[in-house]
Amino acid sequence: MDLILTPHVKTPNGFTLDFYTKQGGYEALRKALALTPEAVVDIVKASGLRGRGGAGFPTGMKWQFVDKKSPKPKYICCNADESEPGTFKDHVLMERNPHLLFEGCLIACHAIGAKVAYIYIRGEFYHVQEVLEAELAKARAAGFIGTNIFGTGFDCEIYVHRGAGAYEAGEETALIESLEGKRAQPRLKPPFPAVAGLYGCPTAVNNVETLCNVPPIITHGPEWFAAMGPEKNGGPKLYCLSGHVKQPGTYEAPMHVTMRELIYDPKYGGGIRGDRKLKAVIPGGSSVPILLPHQLDIPASFDGVAAAGSMLGSAGIIVMDDTTCMVWAAENLLYFYKHESCGKCTPCREGGAWLHNLLGRIERGEGQMKDIDLLLSVANNIMGTTLCAFGDAAATPVLTTVQLFREEYEAHVREGRCTLPSDWRAPSRALAAH
Amino acid sequence: MSFHPLMDYGRAHHQSSRSMADEGPAFAYTDEALATLEDICSRYPAEQRKSAILAALYLAQRQQGYISRNAMKAVAAAIRCTTADVEDVVSFYTMFYQRPVGRHVLQVCRTLSCALNGAERVTAELQAVLGIAPGETTPDGEFSLFEVECLGACDRAPVVGVNDHWHECQQPDGARALVEGLKAHGAAGLTGCHLHVEKA
Repeated sequence: MDLILTPHVKTPNGFTLDFYTKQGGYEALRKALALTPEAVVDIVKASGLRGRGGAGFPTGMKWQFVDKKSPKPKYICCNADESEPGTFKDHVLMERNPHLLFEGCLIACHAIGAKVAYIYIRGEFYHVQEVLEAELAKARAAGFIGTNIFGTGFDCEIYVHRGAGAYEAGEETALIESLEGKRAQPRLKPPFPAVAGLYGCPTAVNNVETLCNVPPIITHGPEWFAAMGPEKNGGPKLYCLSGHVKQPGTYEAPMHVTMRELIYDPKYGGGIRGDRKLKAVIPGGSSVPILLPHQLDIPASFDGVAAAGSMLGSAGIIVMDDTTCMVWAAENLLYFYKHESCGKCTPCREGGAWLHNLLGRIERGEGQMKDIDLLLSVANNIMGTTLCAFGDAAATPVLTTVQLFREEYEAHVREGRCTLPSDWRAPSRALAAH
Repeated sequence: MSFHPLMDYGRAHHQSSRSMADEGPAFAYTDEALATLEDICSRYPAEQRKSAILAALYLAQRQQGYISRNAMKAVAAAIRCTTADVEDVVSFYTMFYQRPVGRHVLQVCRTLSCALNGAERVTAELQAVLGIAPGETTPDGEFSLFEVECLGACDRAPVVGVNDHWHECQQPDGARALVEGLKAHGAAGLTGCHLHVEKA
């Protein structure tokens, strides 16, 4: 299959405006501007494009919900706060194909009647921001961004807004709060951003990869897009492979591809490092339930992974071989969730720290059998009790590892030590000064 | 304080890490920084100046190396908000330092994908080389060491951030070379850096 989103990621200067326009860049924008906003929304709806940020919500519907009758300005916020552990696809798109993102932003603005798009990029992507700013300036100078684009009377600006280190800013209402200059904490919904988002105005928040799919849809039509991949899971998808695979990286494939192909096919992951035995796969970023080796013959689509009891999420596939201690892995992730909790909802703020403490105790060999059930109790009390999905995300690594690897937890307690101290971990926990 | 019926509460729980930033030396933005800030403010609606607060803080941090209480006052004046608003924001985001840090800030990603590829050992090696624990700065003010959460480059794990740039696929045996290179050549000593890999 021809690559749609990442054909030139390895081409020298493949990220420049010159290169992009030589490949027919910004022609989709010209085509979209000749259509009414409603027609653009209808095309995206017909394509079945689903949000690539994690939830998989249909993008066309999101745009349709934007309150067009409101007298207030409308906004597009591009969610480039890529922070889900195991996810690095948007980073590649922005760094190596920034104009595709700009074109997607411009078409999205046309579709919802916005004149400004903000690209909220995470603070750690400083070098990516430099690329974006430089290419934005070129696109502006070439007349693709600014006033009266293509002489159609369409005015649109794109600005890059740099965050400053907060996982929670990836949640759409927290992202809006952060853009407004506040702490990145989620809002109570409703109202949804489509009605009252940035500055209280109708707003659509879309992931980078989602917006990058829009220009090809306009160019090739919704049928072409929908036909690529299983039903309701159309279009190209970027997969992020990391952990114990031979060839970690970002790979583009239609969602027919199976999890097993992604991990073992020489075109993608190429198998497990050192040809070891596979133990567990986190298929969609650290917040989703684990898949076991026998569950991998499923399409890596939103619906395929959901049917197997997990989620495709952000398609951050973390592969763990048989040297990985699952109690240690859960402790590692819960440190992340404890650290990154925004603190707004008590179950997540307090519960995350409790879970991390309990896991640390078990991992150090100081745990008791009742701690394992306590873990489940605390995690279940976080599940579904927070404003945003962060709480569920923090509880999931605990619930899934206890459910699937309970005997490993019990062995830690029984033997009073970590039963799988791999050689790639710190020689002594005492060194990791927490 | 909230309670779980089965949870035992030791001293480790519920201890706030909140502390006020030092007052620091006198602080005023340079004219250049103020001009940059005005340009950034113009990207937002006039009545939404607060949107530029992160940018204002970055400018202050670039100028002074960290955000002191005096810097917060200058940010508040430039953004036209209260110092409490500024402190609220500073204390939330991890990329603002509230006390001085070293010239080279080493940030080892400690989250799962990097940890699976040996990040814990990279941290241990850097600790041994520098003689400091994560969160500390060497006495000569050259290096600070931090463990940070997922940097979003898990395919090139383990990643070590050096100030604003990344040093990727880092293994323990390379840690000493990284430190030596930075000592000898500053930022130019970054081999295997993102910039060099991508633009080669």
